[in-house]
Amino acid sequence: MAETIILEIARYSPERDTEPHFQSFEVPVHKEWVVLDALNHIKDTADGTLTYRWSCRMGICGSCGMMVNGEPKLTCATFLTDYAQKGSNIRVEPLRYFPVVRDLVTELSDFLAKLKKVKPWLIHPNQPPLSQGEFLQTPTQLERYKQFSMCINCTLCYAACPVVGLDPTFVGPAALALAQRYNMDSRDQGAGERIEELAHPDGIWGCTFVGECTRVCPKHVDPAGAIQQYKLTAVLEWLKSFVMPRGEETKHGSGETGND
Amino acid sequence: MAVAKPETISAGTRYTDFHPRWYRRRVSVYWWLGQRQYLKFILRELSSVFVALFVVETLFQLAALKSGPQAYADFQSFLESPFVIVLNIIAFLFVVFHAITWFNLAPSAMPVRLGGKRVPDFLVAAPSYVMWVAISVFVGWMVTR
Repeated sequence: MAETIILEIARYSPERDTEPHFQSFEVPVHKEWVVLDALNHIKDTADGTLTYRWSCRMGICGSCGMMVNGEPKLTCATFLTDYAQKGSNIRVEPLRYFPVVRDLVTELSDFLAKLKKVKPWLIHPNQPPLSQGEFLQTPTQLERYKQFSMCINCTLCYAACPVVGLDPTFVGPAALALAQRYNMDSRDQGAGERIEELAHPDGIWGCTFVGECTRVCPKHVDPAGAIQQYKLTAVLEWLKSFVMPRGEETKHGSGETGND
Repeated sequence: MAVAKPETISAGTRYTDFHPRWYRRRVSVYWWLGQRQYLKFILRELSSVFVALFVVETLFQLAALKSGPQAYADFQSFLESPFVIVLNIIAFLFVVFHAITWFNLAPSAMPVRLGGKRVPDFLVAAPSYVMWVAISVFVGWMVTR
């Protein structure tokens, strides 16, 4: 195995550059080093201006997502040895389809606005007072949405989805999966409030099921599955609107509420 | 390659005045060629054209059948031309690809839960494959008996 490896890092300075260029750095390969360790090593010893986001180093904060050799990856979970064994360089770029603020830092406010639009929180219009106790939930009810609740908002799925790149108004995989996470929660009654944003050409119907979001997700959330499941729910709701025009179903939680 | 203008960011974005020089990469027209998974997706989408082709061919075959033995013989000789044979082989491969990707989609779109546990994906997809094989065998028997 090589003692060192070359990291080709995309650099972009908004003050100086009109577009990014690559800069190479040679870093030592340690068995336990991930790409993020290499970036920290470069920042500490070679170039303190190298800019990137990171925090927890353990796949929970979701801030160190970058393109590594063209694949969206959490750099805290991408080992140098995997690339050194193949004898390849490591090319690090900011996550695809996002505007770049500087070097490897992407602009997230568009994503955050989309996330907020689908109301990813518990909606419970007639919430009983605290004195009546907590909301109870069975393990079976938890199991229905638990997978979708593992999302850490790392936005790797956005960088993997060609629809995100081609259609900037598409709400995107993580936000749609999180909406479904709340729709499936037995404590939530907000499905009726979310349906307008979700069953929309910019919502689930924007998805063409490329499936890359699910493949790259480091937390195994399966956003593609969540979206396809909601497509089925949306069609059933649409059919129901014929059977029960102006029905109650849009006022209260409907569809997949997980109340079983 | 162009520097993003703040207006290109969708509504709801704030702070645009302070970040006038974000870099936004244009998506290439050939984005689907760069990655195997993307190419597979485009081929899957393209396969629907060949599914339609088979449907149209079957409709013409039925029309020829209705028009009498001469029309049907003409249609058969049309099918026997090398161009149509090659086209049909390509179309068949695309239809098989289409069917497989469609069957594999089912477990994602319709997770089945039994006793609170999710049934493994291959078990959800299996009935489609079994039906496919059974119907193919039946059709094969009808044609060759």
